[in-house]
Amino acid sequence: MTAAAASRDIAGPITHAADLADRYDVVVVGAGPAGLSAAVEASGRLAASGGSVLLLDENPSPGGQIYRAVTRRPRRPDDCLGADYWAGLPLADAFAASPAAYAPGATVWGVEPCGAGEGGAGKGHEPPLVGVSLGGAARRIAAGAVILASGAMERPMPVPGWTLPGVMTAGAAQIALKSADAVPAGRIVLAGCGPLLYLLAWQLLRAGAEIAAILDTADPGQRLAALRALPDFLRSPYVAKGLSLLAQVRRRVPVHGGIESLAIEGDGRAEHVLYRQRGRAGNIAAASIDADCVLLHQGVIPSTHLAAAAGCRIEWNAVQRAFQPATDDVGRSSVAGILVAGDGAGIGGAPHAAVAGRIAALAALADLGRLADADCRRALESLRRERARWRRGRAFLDRLYQPAAAFRAPRDPATIVCRCEEVTAGTLRKTVALGVPGPNQLKTFLRCGMGPCQGRLCAQTVTEIMAEERGVDPSAIGTYRLRSPVKPLRLSELAALPVPPDAVSAVTGEPPAKGPSESPADAR
Amino acid sequence: MFRRLHEPAEPVRFTFDGRPLTAAAGDTVAAALLAAGVREVRRSVVGGEPRAPYCLMGVCFDCLVTIDGVQNRQSCLTEVREGMEVRSQQGRRRLEGAE
Repeated sequence: MTAAAASRDIAGPITHAADLADRYDVVVVGAGPAGLSAAVEASGRLAASGGSVLLLDENPSPGGQIYRAVTRRPRRPDDCLGADYWAGLPLADAFAASPAAYAPGATVWGVEPCGAGEGGAGKGHEPPLVGVSLGGAARRIAAGAVILASGAMERPMPVPGWTLPGVMTAGAAQIALKSADAVPAGRIVLAGCGPLLYLLAWQLLRAGAEIAAILDTADPGQRLAALRALPDFLRSPYVAKGLSLLAQVRRRVPVHGGIESLAIEGDGRAEHVLYRQRGRAGNIAAASIDADCVLLHQGVIPSTHLAAAAGCRIEWNAVQRAFQPATDDVGRSSVAGILVAGDGAGIGGAPHAAVAGRIAALAALADLGRLADADCRRALESLRRERARWRRGRAFLDRLYQPAAAFRAPRDPATIVCRCEEVTAGTLRKTVALGVPGPNQLKTFLRCGMGPCQGRLCAQTVTEIMAEERGVDPSAIGTYRLRSPVKPLRLSELAALPVPPDAVSAVTGEPPAKGPSESPADAR
Repeated sequence: MFRRLHEPAEPVRFTFDGRPLTAAAGDTVAAALLAAGVREVRRSVVGGEPRAPYCLMGVCFDCLVTIDGVQNRQSCLTEVREGMEVRSQQGRRRLEGAE
């Protein structure tokens, strides 16, 4: 361990909101590859001038989902996760050795923009405020710049029965493996498409799990669309590894391609998967397979809740078929002082995110006037080259694994779309036909997206269904309007937040008291 | 239901609906429940259907449980502690003390 890491261990991670400073030069949200590298870059460059960096993360240890528990997992010689997982350890170590402050187990429920309006740098404006709960108490922390590195979530895959116990996402099984050293017991069926599905299969096989089958839902029509991007992919860092992994999995697990529909059934839990498969001759065959655990996956999409609730402009990415915050080449969002880095700004994968985090950190420091323009330009030049390398081949993967329409907008009307409020595809389609203007009105009419997950598990599907029903592009439909708190916050925490004098005045009608009122008690 | 590849180095004891269970230090409550053989952690709010952790990464809110008396905790984001009392949630939540 380095001296810096040792000295930080003495200070230790911040575990209570009261121990946070009132202000940091840079606040990074998320400790995946983008967030870790942004915090390392920013804190390293600010160290000489005494600048401060805070990394807030929801999980108990650094790594995000891709490197989940990488600092805690014992590294056994026969470890099943593979070298790409352990590539996260140097990044986590670099962060541990950095002067950045670290608050794990922190829930960031909102970022309030600085009120400077659209575009431009954060210079000379009120700083953005980051709303965070930590150790049972909430605070608003001022930030010179906020770097959102909130990463990705799995694209919802609504099929009949996907709410049954025993059905999980592929990512969930991977997290259980990384963080709890556990694999699903009994017969596992993997269903969906995309590289992560096969990576998980490979890891589960190495861990000794029993995979009964992979039901591959990849849309054969996408092969042609992907072909144009093939030469680029062949020169990419993904090709050799990907092909060898696919071959190893196919040797050991029956892979059924051309899956056109799926339904999971069972009495109170997943017991079997019914599927329809299109054969080479175009014939459709129906079959059923027994399963104790069904793992669904059809790619990942950016987690946009924080950025969207902060007022950042959100745009539709037609190739990745997902909404993402609009960012410039270095990660600045449409809101001054808020940058977005990594998969949260558009899916690029972990090594790409690590570079994007550094780039966003440099941009943030330049905007704050804490990094000379010439230094920034020089550093950006080599990072942009590195980023281009990791972007190579992405277009091929994005097109090849674009999920089929039937799995983006479920056909069976009984399929639950909103898991929280239990709203079905049929109800949504009928309501769209009544002339509902957009997702926000659907939400008002049906409560879809109004449960505790705040639309995370249904927003994508609602847009897809509405676009299909209307025969328009999803960009013309849009998505739910989001507001903070984007994560549940206890009323007692909210009530205990300091109240600014003008907010008190707005409620009481009394003129603001002289001097800042810093606590609710003072406000009374 | 999950099974562990190795015995936990540091076992942690907790309860689920009063039943004593063992976890590994550092587990989230959700992972600990799954590894201890728990299939169902709650009943859904609208239909009363059985639910279990789905995403394990804080997105889906299907793993909501009551932990040490506090309702609606995301068990996949909460580290298990010695002596923790975890309870399943049956249907719709009520304000504590409300009729």
